[in-house]
Amino acid sequence: MNFAISIDGFAAVYVFMLAAFAGWVIIGHVPAILHTPLMSGSNFVHGIVVVGGIFTLLNASNGLERAIGFFAVLLGAGNAAGGFAVTDRMLAMFQVSGKPAHPIKSGHAKARHPKTS
Amino acid sequence: MLTMIPQLVIGITDLAAAFLFMFGLKQMSSPVTAPSGIKVAGIGMLVAVLASFLYAFDVDAAAKPFLLSNLGLAAVALIVGGGISWWGGRKVAMTAMPQMVAIYNGMGGGAAGGIAAVELFGGKYHGASQLAVTLAGALIGAVSLSGSLIAWAKLDGILNHPLRLAGQRIINGALLFATLAVGAYLAFTALSGTTPLIPISSLIYIFFACALILGIMVTLPIGGADMPVVISIYNAFTGLAVGLEGFVLQNPALMIAGMVVGAAGMLLTILMAKAMNRSITNVLFTNFGDISKQKQGKIKGSLKPVEAGDAGIFMRYAKEVIIVPGYGLAVAQGQQKLYEFVKLLQAAGVIVKFAIHPVAGRMPGQMDVLLAEAGVPYDLIFQLEDINDEFAQADVALVIGANDVVNPAARTEKSSPIFGMPILNADKAKKVYVVKRGQGKGYAGIVNALFYGDNCDMVYGDAQAVLVKMIEAVRGLGTAAAA
Repeated sequence: MNFAISIDGFAAVYVFMLAAFAGWVIIGHVPAILHTPLMSGSNFVHGIVVVGGIFTLLNASNGLERAIGFFAVLLGAGNAAGGFAVTDRMLAMFQVSGKPAHPIKSGHAKARHPKTS
Repeated sequence: MLTMIPQLVIGITDLAAAFLFMFGLKQMSSPVTAPSGIKVAGIGMLVAVLASFLYAFDVDAAAKPFLLSNLGLAAVALIVGGGISWWGGRKVAMTAMPQMVAIYNGMGGGAAGGIAAVELFGGKYHGASQLAVTLAGALIGAVSLSGSLIAWAKLDGILNHPLRLAGQRIINGALLFATLAVGAYLAFTALSGTTPLIPISSLIYIFFACALILGIMVTLPIGGADMPVVISIYNAFTGLAVGLEGFVLQNPALMIAGMVVGAAGMLLTILMAKAMNRSITNVLFTNFGDISKQKQGKIKGSLKPVEAGDAGIFMRYAKEVIIVPGYGLAVAQGQQKLYEFVKLLQAAGVIVKFAIHPVAGRMPGQMDVLLAEAGVPYDLIFQLEDINDEFAQADVALVIGANDVVNPAARTEKSSPIFGMPILNADKAKKVYVVKRGQGKGYAGIVNALFYGDNCDMVYGDAQAVLVKMIEAVRGLGTAAAA
């Protein structure tokens, strides 16, 4: 058995097309209040490039390749770790005023009026 | 046989990572589930990174002698790169968030470019399509790296003024053409087996140099106010570059994650540009400051300064107060004091709401984060389209450190550079208080007619100091009433 992955030609185009569509739809539902965490969150997701960097570095066979591979891992790791750190920090700050959280839907969020009694 | 199990494990973890990334981003569509969403995505990343060390079981023959030291290098790079970034991300002030995102984004672009460089130098790609995709990813990644660094320098205030050369567009066009031409020549010689005029490695260096300079030259002329859109574009670019290099490495997790971010980033860029009432080409090719030098219409009325304490007491006896916070509030670090004042008003029975303009702050949504940091619950925070009709019923609109986003010229004055931009209708409130440092103009450099309106009073001073005075005045009332 062989678990090696091979994606070529049209298969790759299909993967790209569906992924792009998924990204578009997912983000279309994020309320404006979350735009900054969202930007840093998607920034974090492309930090997955570090996996490609590790693959490249492990397969490097001369000084130049190893040096570039090292920096690719260094930068990719920075992208992933930093992106997670700031996004997690920001999202932890969002709180609702002392009552059960009410999910805000899409950009037209209708938050409730604060009860004033 | 030795390679089968690692391949299976890597295949499963990458699949899991791709799923967790999309699930995590989906969770982010509500402030309630968003904190768990990022953690879910984080688990996906951690698992994928750990599993990627299993690539060691199946490396190229030529790389076998270096395997141990390469593993060590990978571990060091992960710990150092990840550690420094983590520390920076934990420490950075929320006001400096846009710069930080720019840096992280540039890192991702650089990593994608680096992977492409190794593929090109080592001739590791298979066939014409992989070579073309490698080159495309290399170009986009390199532009994203150098462009993001310039964006960071601008947001951080290191580069203050847009640099614009005569014939900038021609230079940039020529640079892009040169990069593409070198890339095409590189591909032609590599595929046809003909001997290039200069060594192929030199061609690769020239290609990357052109791409990096292109990123710098494209970003330099763009003004600071437009930087959020630029970061968003580069975020999408890096995603795209990562997706393309994922194809070259035959790694579907990279392909999917990269392309999801690429598409999401593009949509986000369009949303932001819309909120600023500008098209993306407009952001990239014209300077915001340029147009504002036109003559401006005369404004009737005068600026009426009042004491902070009086304004505070007036709001204490209002029924509804809508607060319009701007970046000036964050500069003065006044968010905590503002919320303290709001809690006093609430205790006195005043309905208080926050109205946030889509581009308040230096990054869309940044003001929401800054208020959240101060403890303001998000159900008090309303976006422009949800609250704009309510200003007419509000007794007081309190504008703190905001200027252009409440300038009525955007509605009426065709010659104004912000004409057509959706604004918050603070001028429609019965009473308007504007807290401002001085009589200066806003980011766009235009006079604000709101300040001269009959219903508007100016409270001059540092936002934090003004809020302290307001708090004292309202507290003083409380004790006077009790005594």
